[in-house]
Amino acid sequence: MPYSLSSLIPDKHFRVPSACGVSGIMNTSGERFSGEVVVTSMSVMRERGNGLGAGFAAYGIYPELKDYYCFHMLYDSAYAKKNTEEYLANHYEIVESEPIPTRKNPRIKEVHILWRYFLKPKFPETVTEEDFVVSTVMFINEKIEGAFVMSSGKNMGVFKGVGFPEDIGDFYRIDEYKGYIWTAHNRFPTNTVGWWGGAHPFSILDWTVVHNGEISSYGVNKRFLESYGYKCTLMTDTEVIAYLVDLFMRRFKYSPAITAKILAAPFWKDIDSMPEEERLLYSALRMNYGGALLNGPFAIIVANRNMMMGLNDRIKLRPLVAAVKGDFLYIASEEAAIRIVCPDPEIVWAPKAGEPVVGVLRSEESVSLKV
Amino acid sequence: MVGIDAKGWHYRELNETIWKAVGEGENEIIVENVCGQRYIGAGLKRKVKILLNGVPGNDLGAFMDGPEIVVYGNCQDGVGNTMNSGKIVIHGCAGDILGYSMRGGQIYVKGHAGYRVGIHMKAYKERYPVIVVGGFVRDFLGEYMAGGLILILGLERDEDGNVTGDFVGTGMHGGEIFVRGPVEERKLGKEVKIFEPTIDDMNRVTPYVKEFCDLFGYNFEEVMSEKFVLLKPYTHRPYGRLYAY
Repeated sequence: MPYSLSSLIPDKHFRVPSACGVSGIMNTSGERFSGEVVVTSMSVMRERGNGLGAGFAAYGIYPELKDYYCFHMLYDSAYAKKNTEEYLANHYEIVESEPIPTRKNPRIKEVHILWRYFLKPKFPETVTEEDFVVSTVMFINEKIEGAFVMSSGKNMGVFKGVGFPEDIGDFYRIDEYKGYIWTAHNRFPTNTVGWWGGAHPFSILDWTVVHNGEISSYGVNKRFLESYGYKCTLMTDTEVIAYLVDLFMRRFKYSPAITAKILAAPFWKDIDSMPEEERLLYSALRMNYGGALLNGPFAIIVANRNMMMGLNDRIKLRPLVAAVKGDFLYIASEEAAIRIVCPDPEIVWAPKAGEPVVGVLRSEESVSLKV
Repeated sequence: MVGIDAKGWHYRELNETIWKAVGEGENEIIVENVCGQRYIGAGLKRKVKILLNGVPGNDLGAFMDGPEIVVYGNCQDGVGNTMNSGKIVIHGCAGDILGYSMRGGQIYVKGHAGYRVGIHMKAYKERYPVIVVGGFVRDFLGEYMAGGLILILGLERDEDGNVTGDFVGTGMHGGEIFVRGPVEERKLGKEVKIFEPTIDDMNRVTPYVKEFCDLFGYNFEEVMSEKFVLLKPYTHRPYGRLYAY
């Protein structure tokens, strides 16, 4: 590992009262725009992070290779890379294999080999293609020493590391990519170490999550996920949210709204006063998926190729603001982070605690048409 | 009077410029293109006037002791954090924890405000903090409130027609909350009860309603024509018996 305990001590003892920052920008008609916009949005929330983590999720960035799963990888060593490539070659046709392009930045200390692959799975008929990819990610993260998957979806990617958002954005040349959804994170680690894999977004397939807050229910959520085959290996609480949305929205095919009501379930006192039909639904959700309830303060932005959703914890312990202008949906920790890139939105509002804000892509075709 | 264009400025640069102007004896400072800069007016002790165009960042007027800040735009979280005296006027809406630990001075918000308005507010001797919100507020209004006055006018209701959110006055043990319009009993924290305000009570809030109407152009008689309710704790020591076996 390129990390020694002594190098992590500043993270352990250096505390300033602050919080992470998140921002998400989506064009609901699938028109792509430069990542520079979301970097600008993050720049006014610099104080929400402390330079120990930042990252971006981008959708629509690999139109020429959109039919292949793109794996963004973090490696500790050439040995970890070799092991991973052997494993991948056995289970996938490797269409492309190349370093993730970077730019020298004086404030970013590179400690990993950053690589990307475009892959076509050779999956057995007994599982779905997506489940097969999930199992690959779980295998690499858990079993291959020093190899971590940053993202594994089609026509999307996660770019993250240790630094402030402007520097991480510059390092990964975010300005050179065009996407129709961008989410971003500025990290202020409070409970877990500030390492490259622990930066947000967290991702599985094309699901990504950026999160401000802390998941006090991490242990419960982790055990709940283990029973569905997910392994939590990245040492940051947010990882559970990525797997929970994959489980509920992809595997169980629940809507974003229902998923939100599982993650941020209404209080029993409110469920008790609901009309009969709703009362039964929300009781059933809480009883069946109690292990998926996220406890603790959070503001998250979840995305996949079709949608972007903002959600708060039930008692609003972290800020979240949303705005709309034309085809654009903006969600951020601070109103200023929206105004800096969209000075005159049609509407601006602070979503209620536990009430999701969802932007849906009008049609998937609209994206490919605009490639 | 001095004008400042804050476009692209970091908060340190902006606040140093404001402090310098105040130090040089300026009495009125106008800042254009404010966008997310934190701590504006923080710790200032002179009776200056600061006008802000845009959306200022968190902790606007924190620890402030005297100045008047007027915002032409919305505000984010933590306006008036631990403010000691002075006045903040917001021609827009405010975010969460408005008037957090405020111990003196006044905050007027034309629109609505977020969660935990007036959390930990307190009063002592001549220090008497006042928050007036024109629209509605979200959950945990007056949480752990220990003193001072909160006035919610409900001139704009939330999506369900409410003036306040849930858990009003949770942990409250001092001060008063006046709400213009109904508040449901089930939304109150267990330390708080609804009272009908007496004439004396109303005389205490009238000057602040008047000031609100003057600031934002509302008709005072019309605002006063609706019924107010008074929310206050019915015991001074809600946790007094907590550790008494």
